[in-house]
Amino acid sequence: MVDVFVGASNTITSLGFSTAEHVKQIKAGRIGIGIYPGGDLYPTPVPLSLVDSRQLLDLFREYLCQTKPGFQPDLFTRSEVLHILSISDVLKNSGVNIKDPRTLIILSTLKGNMDLLKKDHLPAIDQDRVYLWKWGEFLGSFFNSSNKPLVVSNACASGLLGILIGSRLIKAGMYDHVIAAGGDILTEFAVSGFQSFQSLSPKPCRPFDSARDGLSLGEGCGAIVLSRNHSLCGIPEKIVVAGGSCTNDAHHISGPLRTGEMFYVAIRRALREASLDPLDIDYICAHGTGTDSYDETEAKALVWAGLEKVPVNSFKGYFGHTLGAAGIIESALAIASMRHNELFRSAGFENPGTSDRINILTDLIAREVNHCLKTASGFGGCNVAAVFKKS
Amino acid sequence: MIEDLILKLRKEIIDQLQVEGIAPEDVDPEAPLFGEEGLGLDSIDVLELVVLLDKNYGIKIRASKDGPKIFYSVKSIAEYIMEHQNQ
Amino acid sequence: MELLITKTIQLQDHRVWLNGIIEYVSEEESFDKFIRSVYRHYNIDYPKFFKMDNLCKLAFLSAEILLRGTDILQKYPGEEVAIILENASSSLEYDRKHMESIRDRNNYFPSPSVFVYTIPNIMVAEIAIRHKVKGENAVFILEQFDPGFIDHYVSQLFRSQQVNCCLSGWVECYGDHYQSFLFIVEQEDERKRFKALQEYVIFNILNMEKLFKGKSI
Repeated sequence: MVDVFVGASNTITSLGFSTAEHVKQIKAGRIGIGIYPGGDLYPTPVPLSLVDSRQLLDLFREYLCQTKPGFQPDLFTRSEVLHILSISDVLKNSGVNIKDPRTLIILSTLKGNMDLLKKDHLPAIDQDRVYLWKWGEFLGSFFNSSNKPLVVSNACASGLLGILIGSRLIKAGMYDHVIAAGGDILTEFAVSGFQSFQSLSPKPCRPFDSARDGLSLGEGCGAIVLSRNHSLCGIPEKIVVAGGSCTNDAHHISGPLRTGEMFYVAIRRALREASLDPLDIDYICAHGTGTDSYDETEAKALVWAGLEKVPVNSFKGYFGHTLGAAGIIESALAIASMRHNELFRSAGFENPGTSDRINILTDLIAREVNHCLKTASGFGGCNVAAVFKKS
Repeated sequence: MIEDLILKLRKEIIDQLQVEGIAPEDVDPEAPLFGEEGLGLDSIDVLELVVLLDKNYGIKIRASKDGPKIFYSVKSIAEYIMEHQNQ
Repeated sequence: MELLITKTIQLQDHRVWLNGIIEYVSEEESFDKFIRSVYRHYNIDYPKFFKMDNLCKLAFLSAEILLRGTDILQKYPGEEVAIILENASSSLEYDRKHMESIRDRNNYFPSPSVFVYTIPNIMVAEIAIRHKVKGENAVFILEQFDPGFIDHYVSQLFRSQQVNCCLSGWVECYGDHYQSFLFIVEQEDERKRFKALQEYVIFNILNMEKLFKGKSI
């Protein structure tokens, strides 16, 4: 049986440009969701979490200068800039060779280069990169990867599903290493769409809280190394993807199955594959968006699975719901918790707000974390659960 | 007045919600829109009706708070519009 | 344990192929008219169909006709059936539609029933909801149908024992360019039954390629 180790990671959101920076900011209690005053992204004020554009460009310019001196930043879309920085960071911090035919990049996204659909936006760029496969191909050829990246688009469960798929492909012997990356830029496309669902909170989101009234959108990108060879992973700790499962509610195209049944089944199967009981789980990194229905459903599923006492948090209160990046960024932070044996407060939470009570973290605590459950769900009824295990 | 509005609304609802196989004149203005006896509408349809109210009548509502009452039937929607338009 | 492809369907060039044989030919050239003619021809009764975007309509009808007459959904619990699809254009048609609805700030009414279809996995959801298929589900975006990836990935799903049946294939729809190729994958212990009826082929890359091309006019 092949072990799939997790390794170096990168996370980019309003909180910073590395996983270490995110941990620092989260410990300092910084909330990266601010009130966008109205403008290109949406006509009226709305809470959003945006990556600092100036810093992003500076970092990218510096990166191009060092690695591809002939290239100018305006040859790339914002999504491509984010992904290149994220992927290059994990490559720098691990021993994985992107040109190795046994290495695959998996890209998880909802909308990729959706900003290219805006009329006259970035006219110098090949408009065909609005096609997700072409966007993926472009990123792959930037890194001279042997294999074309695999693009997964499964709504808000994409990122975590990407990690699961990567782990499965390594176990299947198809690849030895996977860079599981994912990201979504913030666009008027997304903000207006979620507003049409009346699912955005007028304030920074409050996952699982009794006063929660919607999600906050965030821009983000992340990458994690997965490898059968721990020595190439880039971190000293041996943490594996021990199990995972993906189910479908088969109920409604946008609302969750309120009983939590298929979410519970995903959790149960992930635990079973990892050969763990609910009591073995030390920490849960939940999906926790801040919407009434999704948080309620997730809490139900966790309790059904016997996990009501396990410390749980959501990171979305810090940097919003980063869509395709969410599963990657949040897993990276969950793994940081495992590496450093500390659990972070669930931002935005004060009072329990779900019918089924779960154990939300309200403070930073030191705790040995050997087994972590990560969950995600999204439009289209997709539920994903993954278990990370220290080996 | 309200009768004219009801006639107009029936057509708008069928169009906006892409209801197939039911003519506007077949929609009973007092019958529940949601549930099995109605047009088989769901939560996305509620949100579409919110858009309809905004776009065609300039009225903004929160679906979760006021939706079930306002959108009970074509007649209840018409009554709400009569009460709140031009406010 | 060997995996088998036990049934296939293809919709392309205003035709429907079932197990490689043309079952229906429509006069209609445009996708809109073609897909409605298929809906009528097969006497489908599912009003929600008319709210779907074109990609979902294609995926939904392909699965509907594919599963008709099979006992797949009685034989396997929903949680053991997976849906793994490949696609190229994602939801580009409705992406443009949604963009259009927000182009003019003076006429700004984005529609939730358009926005919900701006992610490609909703086509999986529509199939899942109709047939109560609750297992693994994923959409991969590739330039063209890649049987090699499906071979590896679906095989691994069966090996992990989370899946006992899989609906897989290629569903692509953008404007009037449409193509679906869906098939059912089951395990070998069904072989005895299928062998008698000669109704299966081995699930492998070569057979998927042959079946994908085989229905050409």
